[in-house]
Amino acid sequence: MSDRSKLLEVSVWRGTGDEGAYETFQVPARDNQTVLDVVSWIQQSADPSLTYRYACRVGMCGSCAMMVNGVPRWTCRTHVKRVLRDGALQVGPLRNLPVIKDLAADMDPFFDKWIRAGGVHRPSRSRNDPIQQVPPDDPGRVEANKGIECINCSVCYAACDTVAGNPDYLGPAALQRAWTLYNDAKVEDRQAVLDSVSGAGGCHNCHSQGSCTRFCPNELDPLSAIAGLKRASARSFFRRGE
Amino acid sequence: MLNIRLYMAQRLSAMVMAPLVLGHIAVMIYAVQGGLSTAEILGRTQGSVWWFLFYGSFVLAVSVHAAIGLRVILHEMTGLRGRWLEVFTCGIGVLLLIMGARAVLAVTFA
Amino acid sequence: MMLKAHRNHPLWLAYMLHRLSGLALALFLPVHFHVLSLALTRPESLDRFLGLADNPGVKLAEFGLVFLLAVHFFGGLRLLALEFLPWSARQKTLAAASIAGAFLISGAFLLQAV
Repeated sequence: MSDRSKLLEVSVWRGTGDEGAYETFQVPARDNQTVLDVVSWIQQSADPSLTYRYACRVGMCGSCAMMVNGVPRWTCRTHVKRVLRDGALQVGPLRNLPVIKDLAADMDPFFDKWIRAGGVHRPSRSRNDPIQQVPPDDPGRVEANKGIECINCSVCYAACDTVAGNPDYLGPAALQRAWTLYNDAKVEDRQAVLDSVSGAGGCHNCHSQGSCTRFCPNELDPLSAIAGLKRASARSFFRRGE
Repeated sequence: MLNIRLYMAQRLSAMVMAPLVLGHIAVMIYAVQGGLSTAEILGRTQGSVWWFLFYGSFVLAVSVHAAIGLRVILHEMTGLRGRWLEVFTCGIGVLLLIMGARAVLAVTFA
Repeated sequence: MMLKAHRNHPLWLAYMLHRLSGLALALFLPVHFHVLSLALTRPESLDRFLGLADNPGVKLAEFGLVFLLAVHFFGGLRLLALEFLPWSARQKTLAAASIAGAFLISGAFLLQAV
């Protein structure tokens, strides 16, 4: 373990609400080490009052996303080696969300918008009806499948400058969810899905900056999902004449 | 700050302008050969219904397009919303429409 | 000003280019309209103004305006294709390459012709 003696220079955001500053810690470097390992080391060995959030540590739960050197990332699956700049690391709370304390962002606006975008499943059948068959190669199903692996980590939301400039904007994750519902054969009222993403904060505010698709840790493509919503709503605009 | 109507107005005006912009660029490349003069411009455009329709529809489309574009920038930069944002959008649109109409009339019908 | 890390990629830069060119064109438009309407009211001031076009600085500004228009035009076509054509990324790249090629060839022809 030749790396034992090496130290990482890690500056971490400390503070509650709008107030705060970066505080620097020296963290022992390891051969294999994720950003979450570094944050955990600080909390366990240097300052137990450091607040952050994680659960599964394997990239499934979506709770550990933070800004790492200015870029939103899932910290549990981000190797320090890949993001280190001159032996230094800067870790902050997710952008575009209020800060609760230190590295823990308040995810409420993110999930509120998920609901506003119609993210709740409204089934077309009851439990008394036979189960609806959906062929896996049905075009709508294929399109919906591209977006269903979202883990709600809010990395896309933090990366999006349209969210930053327009607080009403629903954001990439919620809109991608709406796009999967629009393509779901089991959803009865497709027009209701389009209507819920066609208001003042809807999909039409997207400027196609593509940061969502670029930084999505699961390699999903919200940019194309939002383009799909724009296309579908434009078609319905001509059909309905409004 | 765009709903579906403003979005469609923005995109449809863009589609109207796409061929017009190409035509306008071609005219510019042709017109600047050997320098510009009032007589030369008016000689080409005056009394022509086609130039009137060409630049008339251009002015209409660009007024809509620019007003909505500036609206979005203003909202995202300053957070302005509500009635004053609507007033701003309409104001820019009407201003461009009036100034553009004057310009088109000046070079085609004067 | 340093570009923030999350913005350092081609699509974001294309967005910023589109926004800046659009803003500049929108600000230029009233001036453009006003100068043209001089043909109606004061043709001699329009002629004096057009005479400025021989000035190298003005030539450069003219080039800048045509450049802005072309940038905003192609950026707009890109957005329309991205939003309205349900093509794969590969198909869009091919389409963009063929349009660029067509413009290169026809542009070269135009320069020869005039």
